[in-house]
Amino acid sequence: MTAPITTEVPRPPARPATPAPVPTARRGRTSRAGRTLHAGPVAYAILILAVLASAFPFYWTLVAASRSNADLAQVPPSLLPGPNLIRNFEAVLEEADIGKALLNSLIVSGSITLGTVLCCTLAGFAFAKLRFRGRGALLAVTVGTMMIPPQLGVIPLFMMVAELGWVNQLQSVILPGLVSAFGVFFMRQYLVQTLPDELIEAARVDGASTARIFWSIVVPIARPGMAVLGLLTFMAAWNDFFWPIVALTSSEPTVQVALRQLGGGYVHDQSVIMAGTLLGTLPVLLVFGLLGRQIVGGIMQGAVKG
Amino acid sequence: MTLTAPAKPPKAFSSPRRESSARRAWRKASPYAYIAPFFTLFAAFGVFPLIYTAYVSLYRVELQTPGDMEWRGLGNYTALLGDEFFWNSLRNTFTIGVLSTVPQLVMALGLAHLLNYRMRGRTFLRTAVLLPYATSVAAATLVFAQLFGRDFGLINYALGVVGIGPVDWQNDTVASQIAVSTVVVWRWTGYNALIYLAGMQSIPDELYEAAAMDGASRWRQFFHVTLPGLRPTIVFTVIVSTIGATQLFGEPLLLEGSISGGISHQYQTLGLYLYEQGWGFFHLGRAAAIAWVMFLLIVVVVGVNALIVRRRSRKEAGR
Repeated sequence: MTAPITTEVPRPPARPATPAPVPTARRGRTSRAGRTLHAGPVAYAILILAVLASAFPFYWTLVAASRSNADLAQVPPSLLPGPNLIRNFEAVLEEADIGKALLNSLIVSGSITLGTVLCCTLAGFAFAKLRFRGRGALLAVTVGTMMIPPQLGVIPLFMMVAELGWVNQLQSVILPGLVSAFGVFFMRQYLVQTLPDELIEAARVDGASTARIFWSIVVPIARPGMAVLGLLTFMAAWNDFFWPIVALTSSEPTVQVALRQLGGGYVHDQSVIMAGTLLGTLPVLLVFGLLGRQIVGGIMQGAVKG
Repeated sequence: MTLTAPAKPPKAFSSPRRESSARRAWRKASPYAYIAPFFTLFAAFGVFPLIYTAYVSLYRVELQTPGDMEWRGLGNYTALLGDEFFWNSLRNTFTIGVLSTVPQLVMALGLAHLLNYRMRGRTFLRTAVLLPYATSVAAATLVFAQLFGRDFGLINYALGVVGIGPVDWQNDTVASQIAVSTVVVWRWTGYNALIYLAGMQSIPDELYEAAAMDGASRWRQFFHVTLPGLRPTIVFTVIVSTIGATQLFGEPLLLEGSISGGISHQYQTLGLYLYEQGWGFFHLGRAAAIAWVMFLLIVVVVGVNALIVRRRSRKEAGR
């Protein structure tokens, strides 16, 4: 996971492993006067408190998921994990078909991630480096829709899906998920800053077609950006709630649909509900644990330009 | 949009100056091939539904028979204005929005300031505060619903130890709205802190040096250098969080699992009201009208924000 910085480096650049675009107008960065703020004990204490507050609900999920419902009704409640984790997992698999939900979520999130990264890299490249009529207008429309709430389109989308006979089928969640205005914008910004025009011109002089340039030059350079976009997309797709509960039912659920079913009064055993919550959260926690730094970097990078 | 590639020109004409006409034509058309996959989907699943919602909102459309549309004009909208639950959900959206957005952004600002210090384990701390962002609305809400339980919840137990409570986090209006807001605050504070941190790092060091030379304390540096420098970032987060608050849906739905947002609709938001009308009562036309009201609300919020920013920067320019 993330290794803590153990040596004192003057202002270590807070950047992910991805080679972020070099900021141009920040020559004063290396100078240290005026901002050599070392954290004091108070700062550490507050931050540790914040970390505990962030992590506690996860820990509590584990505690509650590994106990029995009777344990949870005890006063004072026990703060340590109990012995019932496996039994509760089995109950969830039986009652909410979490197994199928996990598989469905994996299929949905995986396809959305692959599709989004591909579509957005292609479009992002065109917007960053190719000249064509309507480029500015199309980009403006794309970015403009980022402000519009997804609920605004949900009703017609549902009518379309119903018309096509896709209700309760996974493609009804996958296809609309491939539309990511943010992704196009993100890849465009990434490529504008990391891909030098000279490289493309040189390749053209050598006779490379645009397709060749895309696969042999753009994709290798864009790969770190694509990875970050992929991570963010996977997490968003895995955690998406509103559209899946509209388009799918409990017979073909994603994890979130199954969780809603668990929490919606079908199951009254709190420890079983928590076991389901734990199962539904584990995959994305795993991704986060392995690649948290990249995610942090991606968010910070996207934010500066947002 | 041409998707089929013309035959590749022979290698001999590789120099750009001696390009064949077929190749030149392809070169002009090919950018469209790169944006085609995205825009095909975007047109079908992004832009078309957005526009079509306005059309649907003028009709009577029922969930079971979405093909039968009966003209209602502004009837869906006037029905909304006469529905007490609409006004109730509008009010709740506002109060829950304030209860969640304000603490979230203030705490994020403080956290970002601390995370910007030089310290051990900085990367770890930055990643750890983002952890809640990795959970889903559903998972987070279910855990908090457990923690906020009236009889056996850990929070009421803890409050009992210090002599408060027990609080009825589900049925009391203010308490239930605080419970819903807590889930939002927990999930998004770290995320916003990282956005502020990114903003802080783009403030030029020269400004801090100058302030330090003028004898400004850390505290004054924060107020007179950091905060003004962060203004665009703060505006950005305010807008994004407000848009998020306008659409709040999963948290109130799952606090106890009913689509009415509590027994007396005490924490039903606009998003949940939309879902109740559309998928609970089958009135898709009415739901579309609610969606448009949500959109107008966002336009107003963004507009007001833009105005404030505009006026403030003009004032500063005049100084």
